[in-house]
Amino acid sequence: MTTTVLPRVNYLNVRTTVASWMLTKDHKRIGVMYLVVVALAFFLGSIMAAGVRIELTTPQGDFVSADTYNRMFTMHAVFMVFFVLIPVVPAILGNFAMPLMIGAKDVAFPTLNLMSWYIFVIGFLFTVAAMVLGGVDTGWTFYTPYSSNASTSNVLLAGLGIFITGFSSILTGLNFMVTIHRMRAPGMTWFRLPLFVWAIYATSLVMILGTPVVAITLFMVVLERAFGFGIFDPRLGGDPVLFQHLFWFYSHPAVYIMILPPMGVISEVIACFSRKNVFGYSFVAFSSLAIAVFGFLVWAHHLFVSGISPYSAMIFSFLSFAVAIPSAVKTFNWTATLYKGAIWWRAPIMWVFGFLGLFLVGGLTGLFLASLGLDVHLHDTYFVVAHFHYIMVGGAIMGFFAGLHYWWPKMTGRMYSNSMAMLAALLVFVGFNLTFFPQFILGYLGMPRRYHVYPEEFQVLNVLSSAGASILAVGYTLIALYLVYSLFRGEEAGANPWLATGLEWKTESPPSPHNFPETPIVNEGAYEYSKREIKVA
Amino acid sequence: MPNGIAAHADPHGHAPHPALQHHFQTLDQQHEAATIGMWVFLVTEVMFFGGLLMAYLLYRVWYPEAWAEGSLDLDIALGGFNTVVLIASSLTMALAVRSAQIGAQRATVGWLLATMALGLTFLGVKVIEYSEKFALNHVPGANFVYEGPHARQVEIFFSLYFGLTGLHALHMVVGVSILSVITWMASRGRFSPEWNTPVEISGLYWHFVDIVWIFLFPLLYLVDRAHQFA
Amino acid sequence: MLSGIPLFPEQASTLAPEVDNLYFFVTAVTAFFALLVVVFVVIFAIKYRDPTGERVGAPITGSIPLELGWSIIPFFISMVMFGWATVVFFNIVRAPDQTLEIYSTGKQWMWRFQHIEGQSEINELHVPIGRPVKVIFTSEDVLHALYIPVFRVKADAIPGRYSSIWFTPTRVGEYHLFCAEYCGTKHSGMIGRVVVMEPNDYQAWLSGGGGLSMQARGEQLFQQLGCASCHLPDGMGRGPSLAGKYGAQETLANGATANVDDTYIRESVLTPQMRLVAGYQPVMPTFQGQVNEEGLMSLIEYIKSLPSTGQRAAAQAAAPGPAAPGGPR
Repeated sequence: MTTTVLPRVNYLNVRTTVASWMLTKDHKRIGVMYLVVVALAFFLGSIMAAGVRIELTTPQGDFVSADTYNRMFTMHAVFMVFFVLIPVVPAILGNFAMPLMIGAKDVAFPTLNLMSWYIFVIGFLFTVAAMVLGGVDTGWTFYTPYSSNASTSNVLLAGLGIFITGFSSILTGLNFMVTIHRMRAPGMTWFRLPLFVWAIYATSLVMILGTPVVAITLFMVVLERAFGFGIFDPRLGGDPVLFQHLFWFYSHPAVYIMILPPMGVISEVIACFSRKNVFGYSFVAFSSLAIAVFGFLVWAHHLFVSGISPYSAMIFSFLSFAVAIPSAVKTFNWTATLYKGAIWWRAPIMWVFGFLGLFLVGGLTGLFLASLGLDVHLHDTYFVVAHFHYIMVGGAIMGFFAGLHYWWPKMTGRMYSNSMAMLAALLVFVGFNLTFFPQFILGYLGMPRRYHVYPEEFQVLNVLSSAGASILAVGYTLIALYLVYSLFRGEEAGANPWLATGLEWKTESPPSPHNFPETPIVNEGAYEYSKREIKVA
Repeated sequence: MPNGIAAHADPHGHAPHPALQHHFQTLDQQHEAATIGMWVFLVTEVMFFGGLLMAYLLYRVWYPEAWAEGSLDLDIALGGFNTVVLIASSLTMALAVRSAQIGAQRATVGWLLATMALGLTFLGVKVIEYSEKFALNHVPGANFVYEGPHARQVEIFFSLYFGLTGLHALHMVVGVSILSVITWMASRGRFSPEWNTPVEISGLYWHFVDIVWIFLFPLLYLVDRAHQFA
Repeated sequence: MLSGIPLFPEQASTLAPEVDNLYFFVTAVTAFFALLVVVFVVIFAIKYRDPTGERVGAPITGSIPLELGWSIIPFFISMVMFGWATVVFFNIVRAPDQTLEIYSTGKQWMWRFQHIEGQSEINELHVPIGRPVKVIFTSEDVLHALYIPVFRVKADAIPGRYSSIWFTPTRVGEYHLFCAEYCGTKHSGMIGRVVVMEPNDYQAWLSGGGGLSMQARGEQLFQQLGCASCHLPDGMGRGPSLAGKYGAQETLANGATANVDDTYIRESVLTPQMRLVAGYQPVMPTFQGQVNEEGLMSLIEYIKSLPSTGQRAAAQAAAPGPAAPGGPR
């Protein structure tokens, strides 16, 4: 994907040697490099998911052995969570678009940015090595004492891989935060920032405060496993539940690392394609920060049946309901943004519609799990599996595709087939619902998650789910096909194919190596569509 | 198009400072970015140590006797000596930053070398302490041997002792490595009163690592000393 | 039992209808809001469609009353859910005073249940209908979770700790029992069945052999392990008398207090010096490795059964000896 033949010098064709990519400090190229690695991780994770879904079409566990199955669902989650969902929007779209959107020439620390990519790749290679050498069977949550004492799989390699990758995330968050503080173009005040930038800022906050904790926690597991240190070991009087507290102190906020940036994408795309200001800009901006902060106060809602005191469970339940409010506010604001818009039905907004529907279900089913009385029954069942897939795949991945389709012309200078992209959005939406909606029912029926063999009465719903997964696979494959095709045969996009506001659309597509010929000066808000000279609806 | 494009021109028409990177407009902007970056990094470090300290806190509340026992086993003389060494190194580091700010190149190099020497002294003493623990089989794991009523909980104490001090020592090693690069840069005359950000932010890092030790020393060495001296 | 696509699990405990009513309420509220948003999105997307892409929308930037409205109203609705769910939760975690107690241990990959009367069973749990049952359990290795969907109860089994679930079965039948916390290779094989029986059938089943009661087994262990040589019933031994200590509060050597419950007894056998009762020397050795989880449970049952000094005094109408200031050591 390195050779688009355009006469003008841009960031893609300025140099095309492998070394020029491997040593680049250009945030746009680094964004593209993340895209390549994340796509690979997504592919590996999908293969694992396919194995899981094939296994679950029959209740007997006759496709692979129990050990293989456990390794498949673990590797699926490890790849998808740490190497897809966490970096997918911030590292790819954030790197590519954020500096453009604030009128900067680059991020604050370009060398560090390249280093972060290398750290990410090293962590990824460790994890791939863990998979190739036989996989990990602890589940992505690495609960002790199973992970530290009992498991015979490659916990060390995978744990180290995730530990290393954590630093990529920390350094990227640090870089973005400083960039947003110090690299804004003249006139780009905080309240003129596009909402995507606000979302990236809130995400960076979570990355900075949360990721170190999971890094040190996994490090403790590694110490315990490798050297026999006993920090969580119940035989010494250690507390396995302490691990869960520390793990979820990061891993719940990590959900917000996954969902906040796509929420930012949604604000951008919905404003552009309804030609309007985002309804309640400051509420949407501050709700991002509110989610980031509240997100740190709800970790123990993963521990309602882990023997924590009922009173602390009560407090965490209350806070979990509270964190739902800013997300609801965002959803209402997006809906209100459509009101009296001039909605241009192009591919990116179709992904946004898909996002709205799925995120809504994901968010609302979170209320079931925040409800203490229901969570006792639903905890560790397929209800939870369905819920977080609606948030992570229905929310984060749909949001990523909205953003990818929105900024693709800017990244590559080429247009993809709009009708194919709309078809793909539909396929993914239908396939996704067919895959995961039955799992809500399975969960309430009581099917526990991570089951290789299951009672026969659950088979019909599982078969439906697997059928949906195959539609989902067709949808994702289609995206890969038409996007790659567009690289070679796509129409030239021009600087602003969507007639969008925003600084990134004021430079050429693909942008020149230094983004703007001259530093832009900003004198209005982010979404002043209604001030444009074209006729009013 | 309301958003205009304006030329960025140096208002005074000087050539840019050699240390100014292309994506920054001014040295000030570059300096602020670097400083904020280091502070943010230190916040992540606080969270990093915070995970281990959380485990420390929980078990200390659960097993106060074991904590007292384990703590009395540590060598307070060596620990105290190291504390003094690190506080002194913070002073020499601050003097190095000051020298860089006023453009005193030789003094900068001198103070940096002193800081590194103190840092290496700390690490040397740490090696002595660790080897004593190895000799006594007080390193957690399969070979851990400890006589006492709370032997198993003391093993947790030593796990956290080695986790915390080991992580701290690793930060010291990184700090000394950074300072050696900074010293080399200082000796080549890279810093001036206008541009000494690298010295300043390495100083921030160094002070942070010192402060971590200022917390670790009482938390690990002084748990139950009152009884000893009472 | 089930054909076609089941949508809903059976209700077989007194808790199940409570949980289900809450579930219906939350489902109704969330479905309403989901439909509301979806309908608006669809209407707006169609009504305000602009095929040209060249027009612009109305200059609306926001509305404070609307923002406040849709922040505050959902907040209050969610507080209703929170309140209701918390009440149900406390009903789930707080067992009634008089329960039929059954002990259990989970290990890779089976559940063992131990009835107080002596019957034990693996991956099967027989309980009588209409009586509150409390299952007290722990794990011998990694985390597990005991989950009985038709009763709507679940709790993690954590090595080194006791957890419990309680339920009053309301329907005779056989139901699933699952391990819900991932525990390794045969996690999905760590399942079993709960058999809810009529009280008479249950009594018949209980008396169908099974050896000593837990109390008797505990007493045996108490003698075998030599506990009895120090913990003399009259409190004159090197360790305190254990009579009537279950449920009492003890002052510890370090000045703190401890409730003598299952966890405390377990800890005292395995790590005797951890929370030593005031007034006694730390001379008790650890019994780690000499007694397994089931032995511990039997010991607890035995200690529970020892009558308190007061009761014995009343029964024997004799002058009580000096009250031992110690706990179960």
